[in-house]
Amino acid sequence: MSVVWNFPLFTVVFSLFSGVLCMMLSPRAARNYTIAYESVLIVMVGCVLRCTYVTGEAFTYPMGEFPAPWGNEIRAGTLEALIAFLFLVIMLCSIIGGYHFLRQDIDESKQNLYFTLLNLMTAALMAITWTNDVFTGYVFLEILTLTSCGVLIVREIGRTTLAAVRYMILNLLGSGLFLLGLVLLYDISGHLLMVPMRESLAQLAEDPAAIPAISLSVGILTIGLGIKSGMFPFHFWMPDTYGWATPTSASVLSSLVSKAYVFLLFKIYIRAIGLEVLQKTPLLHLLMAVGILGMIIGSVSALRASTINQMVAFSSAAQVGYIYMGIGLGTAAGFAAAMFQILAHALTKSLLFLTTPYLAEVSGDSLKFSALQGSGHRDHLAGVYFTIGALSMIGIPIFAGFSAKLMFSQAAVLSSRPSRTTMVLLVMSALAVSSLLNGVYFVRTLIRIYSGQDEDSGKDAKGKGRSRYGYVGAGLVLIAGNIFLGLFSWMIADLIYQGLWMFT
Amino acid sequence: MIQTLFEHYEEMAAVILFAIGFSTLLFHRNLIKKLIGMNIMDTGTFLLLASMGYIRGRKAPIIENGVQDVSAYVNPVPAGLVLTGIVVSVSVTAIMLSLTVRLYRRYHTLDLDEIYILSKHEKEDR
Repeated sequence: MSVVWNFPLFTVVFSLFSGVLCMMLSPRAARNYTIAYESVLIVMVGCVLRCTYVTGEAFTYPMGEFPAPWGNEIRAGTLEALIAFLFLVIMLCSIIGGYHFLRQDIDESKQNLYFTLLNLMTAALMAITWTNDVFTGYVFLEILTLTSCGVLIVREIGRTTLAAVRYMILNLLGSGLFLLGLVLLYDISGHLLMVPMRESLAQLAEDPAAIPAISLSVGILTIGLGIKSGMFPFHFWMPDTYGWATPTSASVLSSLVSKAYVFLLFKIYIRAIGLEVLQKTPLLHLLMAVGILGMIIGSVSALRASTINQMVAFSSAAQVGYIYMGIGLGTAAGFAAAMFQILAHALTKSLLFLTTPYLAEVSGDSLKFSALQGSGHRDHLAGVYFTIGALSMIGIPIFAGFSAKLMFSQAAVLSSRPSRTTMVLLVMSALAVSSLLNGVYFVRTLIRIYSGQDEDSGKDAKGKGRSRYGYVGAGLVLIAGNIFLGLFSWMIADLIYQGLWMFT
Repeated sequence: MIQTLFEHYEEMAAVILFAIGFSTLLFHRNLIKKLIGMNIMDTGTFLLLASMGYIRGRKAPIIENGVQDVSAYVNPVPAGLVLTGIVVSVSVTAIMLSLTVRLYRRYHTLDLDEIYILSKHEKEDR
């Protein structure tokens, strides 16, 4: 057994240990420690990614005394390693890039506790990524919910507490449905480990009478995770949650937490239920419908937003719609496009959420569009970062957003499912309308932040003159990742396809 | 149909409890009642799990008098899942109660709609 095989478990255990340790450290030490250990985790997961890619094989790590199908397992393949790597890089960039505001927004005595929450969140993210057991997925999903709520309320203003309560209520509804769906699936299949569950469901699905029960269980589970990830029509909590959180929290909530829920659903669909069984249920068509509606309605809501963070949050709802549309295609190409969209959106959204507060800072601390007039001139770097993020979201070539949309179009065209023509028409129309709407609200924002003169010296930032090396570096890493995904999308697509192949 | 429902009365009770809890959590405006709804919803799921693991005529999975035959005992996994679920539910309730206390101290009401209206009038930066 290679030493690398232990790394996935280490990422979970180290993060849990670091969470406890940070409670005892000073804020500065907790921050430095978190940055150092996240960097170590990135190296570890990089090794796992390399190992699985080179050998072309996933490995399973049994946990505890009992072997499968009774015991618990961790499983690492290319796709899990790729997602874990992305999560860790974005977590690190969010901590470094948002530290300037973190010091402003959080009482100094509580800053170390914030890092405790981030470390526990990392543990939950890693466990959800690696686990091969659906109930373990549920337990860490709840840990993720609790830590998400924690990083939200740590900014002690009334709006964040209210946003946290609404976020928690929706998440609890989602968790309840997820647990119910999971229990029903366990009842039907008799297993909690993903592969034995898939084999059992495949046998059961040969009898058409079993399809309604499977559809109901998977449907309840899907709605549960859909609510948690912001799937239309359950996306209305997003603007308050992302809009009032401290930038690091907004970045991790939009880029990591919502994506972890989608990735868990993705794993359950392919590894625990299986594509053949899924295609016998009406769920894929429903997912496609809500995905397309989310793309359009999320974009229309973004058009009507009054603050820049609300706009970026509603745009997230639209982007989550893309992911569900890709899953709804029900083909390997559709799943690969959805995975690519997870990567592209996570990199872009974290950049945007780390940048908007800098634009607000030079605009009288207001995120309202009216106040942001000319902010791109007052803070050139934030203006450039926002522009790059916006261009990627619109889908301009060389950026990740373009490659994601291209992969969705290809997936629709290459689909061999019975209603292919209708599907191609629907997907192409939805992509066209959504891209147009993206273009309208992002270009309108760009015009606004670059129009007007740099004459309003009264809007100078409180934090101007402070070192911004962290933000500059984090932004550069996120932009480099974005452009890499845009220019070398074939390389990432290759990794995703290999990971999908290992999944089945 | 009716007979089938009566035969599975534990599952029926679980589904009814889940529906009551879910609707209370979703539609009630009072934060404490929402929390009670959440706990009822979780209880429904736990009852479903417990009823799933129970087999009439079998004993708890603790080896007695050296009997090692699995057909003598009920499945222990659902009971383990219920215990884990209860721990999760208690943690979530504690967090939600602390948030409720914080909101009550600030707005002096537990009505979520009222809190929302009051918070909209607050002037807060960024």
